[in-house]
Amino acid sequence: MSATTAAPVWTKMRPKQGALSRLFDWKPFLAFVCLLPAVGLLMTFLTYPLGLGIWLAFTDTTIGREGIWVGLENFIWLMDDPIFWSAVFFSVFYTGVATIGKFALGLWLALLLNQHVPFKSMLRAIILLPWIVPTVLSAIAFWWIYDPQFSIISYLFVDVLGWRDQNIDFINTAWPARWSLIAANIWRGIPFVAITLLAGLQTIPPSLYEAALLDGASGWQRFRYITFPMLLPILAIVMTFSIIFTFTDFQLVYAITRGGPVNSTHLLATLAFQRGIQGGQLGEGAAIAVSMIPFLVFATLFSYYGLARRKWQQGEGND
Amino acid sequence: MTEAAVNAPEAKSTNTSSAQLETMAWDSKSRRFVLLYLPLCCFLIILLFPFYWMTVTAFKPNAELYNFAEHNPFWITSPTLDHIRMLLFETAYPRWLWTTMLVSVCATVLSLFASVLAAYAIQRLRFKGSQYVGLAIYLAYLVPPSILFIPLATMVFQLGLFDTPFALILTYPTFLIPFCTWLLIGYFKSIPFELEECALIDGATRVQILWQITLPLAVPGLISAGIFSFTLSWNEFIYALAFIQSSENKTVPVAILTELVTGDVYQWGALMAGSLLGSLPVAIFYSFFVDYYVSSLTGAVKE
Repeated sequence: MSATTAAPVWTKMRPKQGALSRLFDWKPFLAFVCLLPAVGLLMTFLTYPLGLGIWLAFTDTTIGREGIWVGLENFIWLMDDPIFWSAVFFSVFYTGVATIGKFALGLWLALLLNQHVPFKSMLRAIILLPWIVPTVLSAIAFWWIYDPQFSIISYLFVDVLGWRDQNIDFINTAWPARWSLIAANIWRGIPFVAITLLAGLQTIPPSLYEAALLDGASGWQRFRYITFPMLLPILAIVMTFSIIFTFTDFQLVYAITRGGPVNSTHLLATLAFQRGIQGGQLGEGAAIAVSMIPFLVFATLFSYYGLARRKWQQGEGND
Repeated sequence: MTEAAVNAPEAKSTNTSSAQLETMAWDSKSRRFVLLYLPLCCFLIILLFPFYWMTVTAFKPNAELYNFAEHNPFWITSPTLDHIRMLLFETAYPRWLWTTMLVSVCATVLSLFASVLAAYAIQRLRFKGSQYVGLAIYLAYLVPPSILFIPLATMVFQLGLFDTPFALILTYPTFLIPFCTWLLIGYFKSIPFELEECALIDGATRVQILWQITLPLAVPGLISAGIFSFTLSWNEFIYALAFIQSSENKTVPVAILTELVTGDVYQWGALMAGSLLGSLPVAIFYSFFVDYYVSSLTGAVKE
């Protein structure tokens, strides 16, 4: 703090400057100017639409027609809609199973990479590829892998290994389609989880493991009482991000099944798109999108407590 | 500290009575193979297989593509460039690539400009309440595009931007700015404040300090934020799907899904060629800046 308060005293001793440059040296003005582009853009294209979306959810707006306030009608309508409830169920199920899968496999991969492996940095680079490539494009590749007739996985199981007599049905009935989507989501999520957790693993001081070894701790004990607790803060943050972006996922489902067969794989986001943009019922679509908010608030609070715990562990004050 | 190295002294001291156990613990090579290399190989194969399959399909002639009985599907016997030729000369693919490039570059430049100033103000000017602004920007990152696209679509329509690249250039910063700002706050934090104090004493203005001292030192952070924003914009899907209607203004991910999927018969060769070509720019870009990607990914999470 002393540094910033000392600064204006020195500025007075400078040679005389123009009014404009003195204005730009006046801190409140400079701070205002610096924040203007970012805050302006975010206010216009994020905060305002967020409010507008909530307002739209209480109107009967359609494309091309201004709506009127209808109160909770959209929500009451949705309460009786089995497709909406199926989307809620699948969103929760998809998020739950995919998150567990991603974190179990991602943590395992991170632990593997944390050991001495040849070509480690190259491995790390290759592993991140699924995350870098546009999701829709890798989803199209999965769509092709899940093809009912020419699926390569079916070929492997039927013709090469001979474990099955007929092609596997991936996306043409409800439950297989759900599991196929979850598998694709886990595939895409593993790299992000593994690389961020690897970064967390590398910050754990080796001396802790040495001390544990001297005390005779087993491999599992070292993981349970050192690795896991030390990793927990970063795990909480990564998990919050992962949960939020899995719950509101759109691309994978839209690319692979478009919510079918018979609306069984709709997530809330794809259902909102189908009703709001394709069907033109902006009010109803907005209501579906808004119903995701309570869940997101919950996940954000989770993140907040994760962060608070991390600061406490590092001995930092709340600056 | 490897598993084997850790276990060796343990085995020596505790298991001397049991010869069999000792050999097992000492047999570190096969143990390492089963516990480390085997799972690692499985991970690699599963993570890379879709890309391999994409590539193989893109270069296969149709006769081979749909005939598993006579041709081994894992290999190409007579590679062809037909699918890529069709993509480049019979569809608007070059146009889509150009639009995507334009939108990504403009959105990235706009976001970087706004984020650098915001991060500098929050981290260095330290006005009253700056940490609350920082927190608000962090929270903005947690608002996913899926709940914004419907109201944004009505806004874009009212502003007359519907079906123009500007709709995307102006809306992409909503998820780029929070990310970049957080990344840059972290970088600015790592630059010693004393450097700025020296400059202040020497009579530099704040703007000069930002332009001539802080920014040159934050170049790695700027590169990280820039390539990350570029990748995120390139990969963006839902806004591009909702705000763009005419074929020539579509971005690559949207165009492949909506323009190349026609009728009941999917042109898998062309679809895979399109996916491959659409992934290549980011993949090449990525291969040059791997370390920046990793540092920005981990840096943004750690901040």
